[in-house]
Amino acid sequence: MNLEKLSHRVAPWVLPVLLLAVWQLSVSAGWLSTRILPAPSAVIEAGVSLVRSGEIWTHLAISGWRAGLGFVIGGSIGLALGFITGLSTWGERLLDSSVQMIRNVPHLALIPLVILWFGIDETAKIFLVALGTLFPIYLNTYHGIRNVDPALVEMARSYGLSGFSLFRQVILPGALPSILVGVRFALGFMWLTLIVAETISASSGIGYLAMNAREFLQTDVVVLAIVMYAVLGKLADLAARGLERVWLRWHPAYQVNKGGAA
Amino acid sequence: MTAQQPPRLLKGIPLAVRKLRKAFGSREVLKAIDLHIPAGQFVAVVGRSGCGKSTLLRLLAGLDKASSGELLAGAAPLSEAIEDTRLMFQEARLLPWKKIIDNVGLGLKGNWRPKALEALEAVGLAERANEWPAALSGGQKQRVALARALIHQPRLLLLDEPLGALDALTRIEMQQLIENLWQKHGFTVLLVTHDVSEAVAIADRVILIEDGEIGLDLIVDLPRPRARGSHRLAALEAQVLNRVLSLPGSPPEPEPVSPLPTQLRWAQ
Repeated sequence: MNLEKLSHRVAPWVLPVLLLAVWQLSVSAGWLSTRILPAPSAVIEAGVSLVRSGEIWTHLAISGWRAGLGFVIGGSIGLALGFITGLSTWGERLLDSSVQMIRNVPHLALIPLVILWFGIDETAKIFLVALGTLFPIYLNTYHGIRNVDPALVEMARSYGLSGFSLFRQVILPGALPSILVGVRFALGFMWLTLIVAETISASSGIGYLAMNAREFLQTDVVVLAIVMYAVLGKLADLAARGLERVWLRWHPAYQVNKGGAA
Repeated sequence: MTAQQPPRLLKGIPLAVRKLRKAFGSREVLKAIDLHIPAGQFVAVVGRSGCGKSTLLRLLAGLDKASSGELLAGAAPLSEAIEDTRLMFQEARLLPWKKIIDNVGLGLKGNWRPKALEALEAVGLAERANEWPAALSGGQKQRVALARALIHQPRLLLLDEPLGALDALTRIEMQQLIENLWQKHGFTVLLVTHDVSEAVAIADRVILIEDGEIGLDLIVDLPRPRARGSHRLAALEAQVLNRVLSLPGSPPEPEPVSPLPTQLRWAQ
């Protein structure tokens, strides 16, 4: 029984560990040039030395700051717009088609324009991240509010709820599952946008770290930067899942601890 | 109302419906309904689906506006007694993101928790107060919805087929629960149902709505508690059912018994 549980735990890790071993072996045996791909051990060594020098923290902090601020700005605007169009017919008539039009412009295509506007400093990157995170949150907020069960709204009205209390007790919680889906999409776009923006022009951050290492053919640092992006993306997703678990604990689909009805 | 009246009559709303008409577009769902319901009476409204019985209830609950006609609570318009009127829907309509006790306390202010627990106690679900609605069965959800309606101490309780989706045993339990609570609190009840046997078993009076008009108004003058399956209930049920079934189009009794014997012979 316990052995079975253990093998269930271990099984997902077998393939990645095997791949890493093959990778390590092919580099140390000389089949794979370090110019193309450094050994995993070299990547770890590069990481350790960057941690020792403390350099990695400054880059992580600046990248995290850009991502976080851009996400907060873009997310709040998306949320606000979603509330306006979701809650009022006039808001929908005035805003929705315009927002949908802008949404269809790939925001990364704006990079040349954004560089012209803001130069290559922080504002440009934060602007791009905000633009990338705005639309997924807008769309899912709008959609979530529109899909709140009208039967529940009717019931709540007949029990005397209206205005803000109706919004807080019925509409917002009803739209929350959809909003959180938007948040998870937005977090994906957040890192993607940041990677592109930092790779094009930056004097600090993880993207800068990677581009700088490329100049000196330090493939180990380049791979390390890629791994860091992956870890950061995973952490952001875990945070969003944590929010879902807290805010949607009423939802049968998120009640992980209690078996049964799912 | 005067103090000499028994407390039961003080609690309920006397209801008067005058020339009530409701049309959706060109389709007239209710035409000239006239109805007088004394305070505290338990009235069941039956009829085929689409006859307008749910529409009548929604008008009384203030969810829809009548095309014309008057709804009165005593002498005042019913809309002024909206705080004393509570509607129970066909589905429980609990907010899934609120704990059961918070669902019961919906729309209440101040320290309502003890009252909500009391209301849950009355429907036998006090020990489930801190669970999510998703953990309840259909019948339990309806009991929570009933507690949510009762905590407002309604003087008019409107029930829109709230037992329609329940299994037979749970239904009977719920009927008895509603009957007991009604006897205790004395509110006026309007129960819309498609189940005629339920109507005659539980109500003081059964009203049949046909094509937007009142087709039958029957007083069920039987003592409570009523024995289910008694022949007097069965007779009343048959009376209502005959009326419902004989109505649509065709003449009620076309050539009564004569073809039967020949049919039997052919069948053999």
